[in-house]
Amino acid sequence: MSNHLDSSPLSIHDMTVAYQRRPVLWDIDYSAPSGKLIAIVGPNGAGKSTLIKAVLQLIPAASGDVVFFGKPYREQASRIGYVPQRTSVDWDFPIDALGVVAMGLYRKIGWFRPVTKKYRLQALAALERVGLAEFASRQISQLSGGQQQRVFLARALVQDADLYLMDEPFAGVDAATERAIVDLLRELRAAGKTALVVHHDLQTVAEYFDEVLLLNMRLIASGPVEQVFTTENLRRTYGGKLALLDQVGYRMSHK
Amino acid sequence: MFTEFFQRLSVWEGIDTWIAVTGALAAMACALPGTWLLLRRQSLLGDALSHAVLPGIVLAYLGVSWMEEIGWLTAPATGSGAARVAEGMSLVARRQLALFAGAALSGVFAAVLSEVIQRWGRVERSAALGVVFTSMFALGLLLIRLFADRAHLDPGCVLYGNLEATAFNRLGDTTIPQAVIVNGGMLLVNALLTLLFFKELRLSTFDPDLAAAQGMRPSLISVALMSVTAATVVAAFESVGAILVIAMLIIPAATARLLSDRLSTILLLGIVVAAVGSVLGHVMAITLPAMICSRLGMPQVEDASTAGMMTVAACSCFLLAVFASPRHGMARAWYERWRLKLRIVREDLLGSLFRREEAASSQPQAANQQATIGDPARLSWFQRLARQSLIRQGLVESGSHGDSLTESGTAAAQDLVRSHRLWESYMARHFALPNARLHDTAEKVEHFLGPELQAELAAELDQPTTDPHGKVIPTPPERL
Repeated sequence: MSNHLDSSPLSIHDMTVAYQRRPVLWDIDYSAPSGKLIAIVGPNGAGKSTLIKAVLQLIPAASGDVVFFGKPYREQASRIGYVPQRTSVDWDFPIDALGVVAMGLYRKIGWFRPVTKKYRLQALAALERVGLAEFASRQISQLSGGQQQRVFLARALVQDADLYLMDEPFAGVDAATERAIVDLLRELRAAGKTALVVHHDLQTVAEYFDEVLLLNMRLIASGPVEQVFTTENLRRTYGGKLALLDQVGYRMSHK
Repeated sequence: MFTEFFQRLSVWEGIDTWIAVTGALAAMACALPGTWLLLRRQSLLGDALSHAVLPGIVLAYLGVSWMEEIGWLTAPATGSGAARVAEGMSLVARRQLALFAGAALSGVFAAVLSEVIQRWGRVERSAALGVVFTSMFALGLLLIRLFADRAHLDPGCVLYGNLEATAFNRLGDTTIPQAVIVNGGMLLVNALLTLLFFKELRLSTFDPDLAAAQGMRPSLISVALMSVTAATVVAAFESVGAILVIAMLIIPAATARLLSDRLSTILLLGIVVAAVGSVLGHVMAITLPAMICSRLGMPQVEDASTAGMMTVAACSCFLLAVFASPRHGMARAWYERWRLKLRIVREDLLGSLFRREEAASSQPQAANQQATIGDPARLSWFQRLARQSLIRQGLVESGSHGDSLTESGTAAAQDLVRSHRLWESYMARHFALPNARLHDTAEKVEHFLGPELQAELAAELDQPTTDPHGKVIPTPPERL
């Protein structure tokens, strides 16, 4: 697509996502600036997680196209780190923290090959960056919620990606973990990386992030926090869904 | 009783070994996909598959005999020696391949169909599975009835299997049962697949979203796992039947999961439990029923179905693991609870001795009233046990005026009472409760504070020296 900026880490063009014909995201058009920390903000059911999953092709988009650094996902997958919601996996799974972090390297390791010492050392280094090196051989079921979240972050870090997509990394974590995540995000930005983070706490948006993307089934506004994160825009984001959008969506899924 | 056991076991012959080996190989082959299904929380899917593959098996069986009839495939010729073994092998391979293909196809069909029913029928997953696998099993039984003259399949055999008979179905001139080759082959294939795709299976089981984001196609892995499970089920089917194959898929895996938290160990242990359960099952089948029934006045009973006993044996292994597993077992939990209870009672004894001595030093007459606290006769047996351990460790010494604290006992008691009174002070600050109500909660909390929380509490309360009742908060000597 010629109208996409090659320099943008993530460029979404007119993307609509539907669950069983019912659109949950309408006509999203967005280009993420490079080297920024970007918050994705919106009420429950606004489609924040859906946006991330759709750009990663985990759920199909009904229409539109998405490019990363000017190319489709498949060609750029190694440059993109994904941190799913902590609650999306079974934390009783028999594996230790280091094992989970090493999962971030599976693509690099390739099919049929085992996780060798070289990769385990890389995973350990990533755990060290989130302050959990001494928990490397701890069962994940025995970690606290905040520690589990940091293990997930380490798993994305070990990929050494250029763009990170994080789904609610701050949900239900302790103060120490929140601090650690913020430090980590700043470290990433200092290294020229970009991060899109689904974020729930409006109080801290301005403190933690450079840019914001306001979402409620459609893109309400996007840009630098000081310009876009205004009372008026927040009212438009949180002041109820557009009644007509909802009704039309309902008809599309039931006719 | 033991002599009778060994006497009955002495009838063990070569064929018994083959029966045990066949059962063990079938169970071991099932244990591997069974573990993955368990970890995916899809054990019920194994159950469903073991039934849903039936129409596929019948159709494949009919297909093969039809092809043999019209001459596309040649039935085994009569020869001798190595030639006949090779001939037999290729026949087994052909027939088994057709059965595998049929089973895998109908297994995947069942998985897809239940997905569709779940989506369009708006029912939950297990209900959709229930609809599909019972219907497909019924269809399979119907096909057997319809083509009974062609397919030499027996509905009873489909349900319960016939391990004893399959052991006699030998390969050519050898004594090796065909089922050993088939199930052993399946075990090899499953072991190889697990080794090759360990990483991929692990990631797509733990976090399918990340697997997809890494370009791994978890849905494809899922379908592959279903197909392999279906093929494994079919291999075991003939020997142990549709019902018991479920036990082989689930029980060894569930047992192994209780015994370890390491995935590779769990996979290995599953295989070991499967093997042990099977061999033990056959031993039990030829000994126990006769031993029990002859005592009940039924001497005509000689043995029981080996497959059934194998399940009983595997289930016993499972129950043993539930009880005695080092990390998740009930015995361990009971022991931990008992130790905690002992510690609390010990600490309470120390605390009451400390308070008595404290009261005695300030009000000598009150001490006489309380002198009986340390009186062993008024303690419960558990408290006596706690008291004995305190005396043994030199924290308490018994004298003519009852028990008293030693120097180290005083230090330990001060630590505990410090926790108690700090907590009372903390509650007095943050809870709107009368002072008299503070004691009961503090009595519970005192056992769980530990040095870090104690230090944190003291810091938050600006190092208080007295509690809300005006009593001195002691400072243990080593912390001065």
